[in-house]
Amino acid sequence: MVQLPIYLDNNATTPVDPRVLDAMLPYFKESFGNSASRNHPFGWKAEEAVDWARETIAKYIGADPKEIVFTSGATESDNLAIKGVAEMYASKGDHIITATTEHKAVIDTCKALERKGFKVTYLPVNKEGFISLDDLKNAITEKTILVTIMYANNEIGVLQDIESIGKICRERGVLFHTDSTQAIGKVAFDVNKMNVDLASISGHKMYGPKGIGALYVRKKNPRVKLSAQIDGGGHERGMRSGTLNVPGIVGLAKALEVCMTDLSEETARITRLRDKLYNGVTAVLDEVYVNGPDPLTAPEWRLPNNLNISFAYVEGEAMMMGIKDIAVSSGSACTSASLEPSYVLKALGVGEDIAHSSIRFGIGRFTTEEEIDYTIEHVVTAVKHLREMSPLYEMAKMGIDLKSVEWAAH
Amino acid sequence: MYSEKVLDHYSHPRNVGTLDPNDPNVGTGLVGAPECGDVMRLQLKITDDGVIEDAKFKTFGCGSAIASSSFATEMIKGKTIDEAFQIKNTEIVKELNLPPVKIHCSVLAEDAIKAAVSDFRAKQEKLKEVHS
Ligand SMILES: Cc1ncc(COP(=O)(O)O)c(C=O)c1O
Repeated sequence: MVQLPIYLDNNATTPVDPRVLDAMLPYFKESFGNSASRNHPFGWKAEEAVDWARETIAKYIGADPKEIVFTSGATESDNLAIKGVAEMYASKGDHIITATTEHKAVIDTCKALERKGFKVTYLPVNKEGFISLDDLKNAITEKTILVTIMYANNEIGVLQDIESIGKICRERGVLFHTDSTQAIGKVAFDVNKMNVDLASISGHKMYGPKGIGALYVRKKNPRVKLSAQIDGGGHERGMRSGTLNVPGIVGLAKALEVCMTDLSEETARITRLRDKLYNGVTAVLDEVYVNGPDPLTAPEWRLPNNLNISFAYVEGEAMMMGIKDIAVSSGSACTSASLEPSYVLKALGVGEDIAHSSIRFGIGRFTTEEEIDYTIEHVVTAVKHLREMSPLYEMAKMGIDLKSVEWAAH
Repeated sequence: MYSEKVLDHYSHPRNVGTLDPNDPNVGTGLVGAPECGDVMRLQLKITDDGVIEDAKFKTFGCGSAIASSSFATEMIKGKTIDEAFQIKNTEIVKELNLPPVKIHCSVLAEDAIKAAVSDFRAKQEKLKEVHS
């Protein structure tokens, strides 16, 4: 018997891996010192742990330990990277380039800068969620100081061509920040190979704790300077003040270490479960549409653990009610306070009805085969139940083109 | 998050189905839009003396929208069309215990009832014209 409820929302957050928790615990208890206390063993022990964490994280992304700045999470890292560069390089230029499908931590940071007089270009994406490299090239001007494009999208799992974007930015002498929150620990990432100058990392998307993250800040070729956003005791080489969250930092590094040690095995297992889920529902149900790149034909362009699909003619929140023992998320308006469907799905230009019908499944390290079997069965039942009472499904089956209907919108 | 009644109507919707839209005694109301995330179709079979003898619905929308339309079909059966026209969305809100963010679902159900009754009346007018 599967244990209910089932957690399939691993793009929202992940549980802490027991190995990560074990690594953290001593730093709450006997090794509780402040890593800035230079004069006693309590401090040394904490500092040692932080040094280990910095080295570990640096190693797995191809960086130098001095290039890692610890933060409270990816939201803070995004803010520090974007506002920090904007303020520091304001005399060089006032233009930033990003994409319409970025996480709110990037979009709203850019909006805040616009209110301060910066100019921001929001690149559109195509049907699968990719920005166009030509659009990027054309958008860069003399005034451009930063390009910020996420690696993996949190909703639709699309992986941008970070290597090509990095190359373009390097050639044009523009700094490149990537929000790599969803990608790190899941797909290959190397700051030098990809010409990344700044990268945001978060603990809780990779089986580490919440409230801890890091920002990679390139130290040479080029040396990136940031204007601090939190002032105080001058921690993290002045870029981020505040007593270091030692257990969190240890947890962040341990989480990445575990991910990277088992990477190929875990990727294979999770990809297989993801594809099983996709094949399982599409074998029985018609008109199921993938949001983002096709998992079967273009798996290299999609996070292995993400499946975002729309069940046409079925509304997402109703769908979630129908599979109430399975935790997923939806781009439907009804699941948001704003009553607006997901801006990421809208940006794909697939039609708002498809956005309303979307469900995001996020498979994780602790997802079992039985849970996927259960999910397939219950998704199929719920979609059939809801299509049975969907006027749209009936009309579509009668051959009515829903786009030609004059709807009495309210 | 959902009231017992909403859950019950969602799992066991009453009167799901389709009536012949060309039947002169059937009024059809189709309200909402796919882009808005909810579409309700309510159909009423009405006797010659104006009593609703049957009601069927199909709804694309969230659980509260499904429950609102399912409940609407239950409450209007046996009513006259004049009575049905007087139904207010607040009755649905109260009965289903809808939270403020879901009030629009009840409004849609009220609109669907009015649209179905109006469709029936328009059909009857047309028939009268043909016969006179
Ligand atoms: C792509 C992306 N960026 C940023 C964040 C924010 O991360 P955090 O919760 O660590 O602030 C998230 C997670 O919500 C995310 O998925």
